[in-house]
Amino acid sequence: MRHPAVLAELRARIAAIEGTSAPRAALPFGLRAIDRHLPGGGLAGGALHEVAGSSELCDDAAATVFLAGILARIEGPVFWCLRWRDLFAPALDLAGLAPDRVIHVEAGSDTHVLLAMEECLRHPGLAGVVGEVAKLSTTASKRLQLAAESSGVMAFVFRRASAIDAMAESTAAVTRWRVRAAPSEALGIPSLARPRWDVRLERVRGGDAKSWIVEACDAQGRLALPALLVDRPAAAEERRRAG
Amino acid sequence: MRRVVSLYLPYWSTDRLRRKSGAGLAEPGPSRDAPLATAVPYHGRKVIAAADAASKAAGIRTGMTATKARSLVPELVVVDGDPAGDLAALTRLALWCGRYSPFVAPDPPNGIWIDISGCAPLFGGEPALLKDLHRRIARAGYEAQIAVADTAGCAHAVARQVPAGRPVIIEPGQSAKAMTLLPIASLRLEPGVVEGLRKLGFERVEQLLGTPRGPLARRFGRSLHARLNQALGHAPEAIEAVFPPTQPRARRGLLEPISTVEAFVQVIGDLVADLVRQFVAAGTGARRLDCWFHRVDGGIQSIRVGTATPTRDPAHLAKLLAARVDQVEPGFGIEAMTLIAPLTEVLAGAQHDLAERSERKADLSGLVDALANRFGQASLYRAEPRSGGMPERSVGASRALDAPHGRRWADDLPRPGRLLDPPQAIQVMAMLPDHPPAMFVWKRKRYRVVQADGPERLHGEWWREAGHEARQPYAVRDYFQVEVEGGGRYWLFRQGDGEHSATGPMTWFLHGAFA
Repeated sequence: MRHPAVLAELRARIAAIEGTSAPRAALPFGLRAIDRHLPGGGLAGGALHEVAGSSELCDDAAATVFLAGILARIEGPVFWCLRWRDLFAPALDLAGLAPDRVIHVEAGSDTHVLLAMEECLRHPGLAGVVGEVAKLSTTASKRLQLAAESSGVMAFVFRRASAIDAMAESTAAVTRWRVRAAPSEALGIPSLARPRWDVRLERVRGGDAKSWIVEACDAQGRLALPALLVDRPAAAEERRRAG
Repeated sequence: MRRVVSLYLPYWSTDRLRRKSGAGLAEPGPSRDAPLATAVPYHGRKVIAAADAASKAAGIRTGMTATKARSLVPELVVVDGDPAGDLAALTRLALWCGRYSPFVAPDPPNGIWIDISGCAPLFGGEPALLKDLHRRIARAGYEAQIAVADTAGCAHAVARQVPAGRPVIIEPGQSAKAMTLLPIASLRLEPGVVEGLRKLGFERVEQLLGTPRGPLARRFGRSLHARLNQALGHAPEAIEAVFPPTQPRARRGLLEPISTVEAFVQVIGDLVADLVRQFVAAGTGARRLDCWFHRVDGGIQSIRVGTATPTRDPAHLAKLLAARVDQVEPGFGIEAMTLIAPLTEVLAGAQHDLAERSERKADLSGLVDALANRFGQASLYRAEPRSGGMPERSVGASRALDAPHGRRWADDLPRPGRLLDPPQAIQVMAMLPDHPPAMFVWKRKRYRVVQADGPERLHGEWWREAGHEARQPYAVRDYFQVEVEGGGRYWLFRQGDGEHSATGPMTWFLHGAFA
């Protein structure tokens, strides 16, 4: 640390190359435990984020509502690019994303979904663009990231039916999330408590992986922490599972 | 594959006269039954220009003097001909034929070309299109003979030489075969040439094909084989289309043929600018644009784009067209391009700068158009609540740019994020009548239920109950939301109320997964 001025300049230049020099307004989750872990205090705007469930249908459904909750808290229209019609709009509505705001684009295949996403991302003024694909190549992710940066629109690639142990390809996404269903609190009566999710931040540019157990979105798309605070670092979680 | 319709109206002039008199216009027209002919002045005499079926049967021929015709058929009614009026009416009829294809042209004196390449599927195939055309022309009071073939020459010949009484379809690739049997007069030759060939013993096209071309061309000129090649499809024949006078259009002829995408985009930019000026003057905006690429060899390629709202934004229109340019096959090059707007709508002047919201909406329409032109209008939609009893019918689709409907679903009922359509049958262990399942098997995997909520009873729409819907004849479903080991939540239902077998067979289905 003998030349702090030199170092600071180098950092600024690297940041400029990475495209993180002018941080856009980040969208906080409203949960300090998560927000303080993300650079900028929330999900970076004008950037690409990856979200996955798992090969189980219920986990993909959880990831769907997780996305809906995020988008519900941004103003503007949402483009949701699908391969085919299996998204159920009333559930998005329950998470606060009104049907009027979502334009569905049925593109038919992965390639077309990515094309549609890129087209959408060139238009400023959208709340966000979601694309559901099975696979995302590094090149495609770079293109999406560049498009998102240029327009300032938040982009989400939703990897459908992505296996938990699948080799993670390197992508240009700023964050990678995996959302899975977690056991909810037993109420002791024949009824169901608020659903819980195991939300894992698998990768974040400029931060560390971490996981949380959260309670699912309410009608305004806000997550909550369970009353019995569960906040375990990913490593401890891994040990617990292995043991 | 090019497909050209030739519509031949053998009694065009006289049918027009009859139609006029039938409509009760000022002039008392000839009676229905009397033979009718028109005459035009020619070198100080009046000669017959057109004759109807009855007078033709009585021996009246065109070119005969009116006096001679009257002496042959005393009851013949001879009316002064109106060639200019006939041609104008033919052009109007051709424009009316624009309902079948944008490529129409009058073929004076009594024919019309319609290039229906690629248009037939819209009408349910060529037979249906031709039948519809024939029916409508006949209902309007015109005798018509119709033929379709790969080449204009062949369609023209068949329409005139084969009085079948119904449209004749020469299948793709059969033009040459169809031509061989026709008389040489069908080749659209000058009258002198036909006479000369007859003297030499040529009667049918077949005989011409078997004869060396050189001597014939020396004697009768190049036009003989030019016509023959056009009819057989060896030489191109362009049809110069006509347009309604009010339709905005722009055309650019090019000094050098072009064939690269960049060059097309450049010309499209110029054409759009021309067209937008016309839109501004007329106070309209485009809903649909056709761009035609005239190839050096006479062929025409076309691309079509549509917009969700009327627009005259040059950048937007140019972008939509440019996205489709890669479909054009330039062949040896494009020598001219035409841009027309077949569908326009009134577009009031808009102030974009004042209201931010309207600007944002304008942006969206550009994006929606780009996506809709790529993926189809139907794959772009917004979900809309519907009053359907069953979940799969509670979601409708509204167009992407419609005004917000503002409606939402009931927000107190759990609904899954992913819906399986159709619901998948599962094996279940459950206690009747109203207990949730304790375990279920889906795709050979066993799920043990930890907690559950339900039932939520849904009734089908009463108007569907009486067996309208073969797939789901039962009207009652009991939905359970269950949480399995590991926390996953699924939406299961049982057909029937669990007590009365008339309400359903008590089989279980998985209908979706929750968050």
